[in-house]
Amino acid sequence: MTASDFLSRLLAALLTLFGVGVVIFCLLRVVPGDPIAMMISPSATPADITALRAHYGLDRSIFEQFVIWIGDVAQGDFGRSISLKRPVVELVGERLPASLELVFAALIFGVVSGGLIAVAGTLSRKTPVEPLLDLINGLFLAVPDFIWALALVLLFGVLWPVFPLSGRMDPSVSTDFATPFYLIESMIRLNLAVMLDILGHMAMPVLALGLPLASIIARTLKEALNEAMVQDYVLLGRLKGMSEMRLVLGEALRNAVGPTLSLTGVQFTFMIGGTVIVERIFSFPGIGSMAIDAVINRDLPLIQGIILAFGTLFIAINIIVDALSNRLNPRQTHG
Amino acid sequence: MTKPVLSVEALSALSARNGTYVLSDVSLTLQPGEVRGLVGESGAGKSTIAKAVLGILPSTIRIAGGWIRFEGDDLLTARPSVLRNLLGRDITLIPQDPQTALNPARRIGAQLTDGLRLKLGMNAASARARAFQLMDEVQIRDPARVFDSFPHQLSGGMRQRILIAQAFAPNPKLVIADEPTTALDVTVQKEILRLVRRMQEAHGTAVIFVTHDLGVVAKICDSVTLLYSGHVIEQGATADLIERPRHAYTRALIAAGPRYDRPGQGLQPVPERVFADLRKEIGQRETADV
Repeated sequence: MTASDFLSRLLAALLTLFGVGVVIFCLLRVVPGDPIAMMISPSATPADITALRAHYGLDRSIFEQFVIWIGDVAQGDFGRSISLKRPVVELVGERLPASLELVFAALIFGVVSGGLIAVAGTLSRKTPVEPLLDLINGLFLAVPDFIWALALVLLFGVLWPVFPLSGRMDPSVSTDFATPFYLIESMIRLNLAVMLDILGHMAMPVLALGLPLASIIARTLKEALNEAMVQDYVLLGRLKGMSEMRLVLGEALRNAVGPTLSLTGVQFTFMIGGTVIVERIFSFPGIGSMAIDAVINRDLPLIQGIILAFGTLFIAINIIVDALSNRLNPRQTHG
Repeated sequence: MTKPVLSVEALSALSARNGTYVLSDVSLTLQPGEVRGLVGESGAGKSTIAKAVLGILPSTIRIAGGWIRFEGDDLLTARPSVLRNLLGRDITLIPQDPQTALNPARRIGAQLTDGLRLKLGMNAASARARAFQLMDEVQIRDPARVFDSFPHQLSGGMRQRILIAQAFAPNPKLVIADEPTTALDVTVQKEILRLVRRMQEAHGTAVIFVTHDLGVVAKICDSVTLLYSGHVIEQGATADLIERPRHAYTRALIAAGPRYDRPGQGLQPVPERVFADLRKEIGQRETADV
């Protein structure tokens, strides 16, 4: 990517975020629901309510409110949460890392297991194993993340309780972390007990988020691999004495991986959306479960902050996916 | 008489879909260093023979009988380990379409050397040296650039040269050229034909040249096998077959080719009567077999 490419992508990203900001800001003020109504006591007088409205600036026009908000955002001030009475930046900064660890773990799980199933399916084509894999994968493909979450709770939380049901880690585990990335930090510090405890807590939400991704990757990649495996260059590779494994991994994979990569980018953004429900089910203290509370409390600044964080994440993912697929295609890198 | 490189004996193959014969009772013998044209229209079975020799028949085609002997040993019943040693080393392939026969994601050098390393056990340095020698043989002018190029950076003719170099790399005894000029420009076709012929002479390799073009056959083949609907119609030395065709279909095919010496004369399609006779003859042969 050249410098001018980078600049134009950055500009496009900022414009997109601005658009997201406009939409979410207006939408939140048009839909029914009043943050003031959620915070007042039953004994409040109309005068109290008017005063509170003026305090939060909700008595001004939407346009005026927007200009004030976007001006603050441009200076890095995302406002204070109405319900939690703390700066939005602080809250998102606390919760986002937990969710990031969760979704990246689920991404790694989905890509690795989906990739392995695709390769296994390609290696076993024209044997009875292939339709069996397809059938199982088809079933997995039909189950959404929240159903997985509930099924996993029943399975590994109740029937065979191997994983903890909720939270990010055991309350007894020490919490003196230097960063909010607890899993990564415990890995770097080689603190095995803490790492295993966190991984144990993450196991079920990661499975719930990662299994749908794994099955869709398995299907897409296997189809592309099977298509590549009948190309002449694979036939010639076989004549040149390559093993089936090498034909799949060395010859077919790089040509087949393109569609799967784009799809993974899209699915990954869906998965981040999925954290909202899955984190709720496992009481995982991430940004997704905070989003639900913010919506319930009509906590306008917090919702806006969370949505902008999600938006930034989505844009970043798209840029990374584009860069990766350019890298993989020699037509792009060696014109 | 020398021992033939390849002898196909009474080879028959069935389509698994509808049970019709795609090859019936095909026999042909190839001497060392001989260039044999395998000619016929689409569906005549010429590619099926080539694929059967290479052991890459699609699952829709089943061998019903016969032998394919390579230097005396039957390939159809050979153990997989024996086949692995033969295919890609003693028998190699020049594919039809240079667009799809090179991996778009890998550099030419890597693709040219991996056969040498895997089949001949060369190390990286000697495989590289051999690759440069081969590129010189197929007249690639700037081998260093080509070696580090990706396929899309080369022209179709250039890619086909690489594939020819790759096919002759292990000094095979038999090269199967599956319509290697069909996907190329007419101007490039001639160069590629000459190149195949020169490489074949330099290496003393026997070649099966699959084509639908009698003009190509006349240029580079020592002998011809003409097929129609899975049957051998006529075979023999190229000069004999073209100058003294015995079968009516052969005569009609030769007459149907463009005559550059008589440009005013249009193309003459093979008369329907010839096809009718041909189908009758084939019908009789098939009932005689049963």
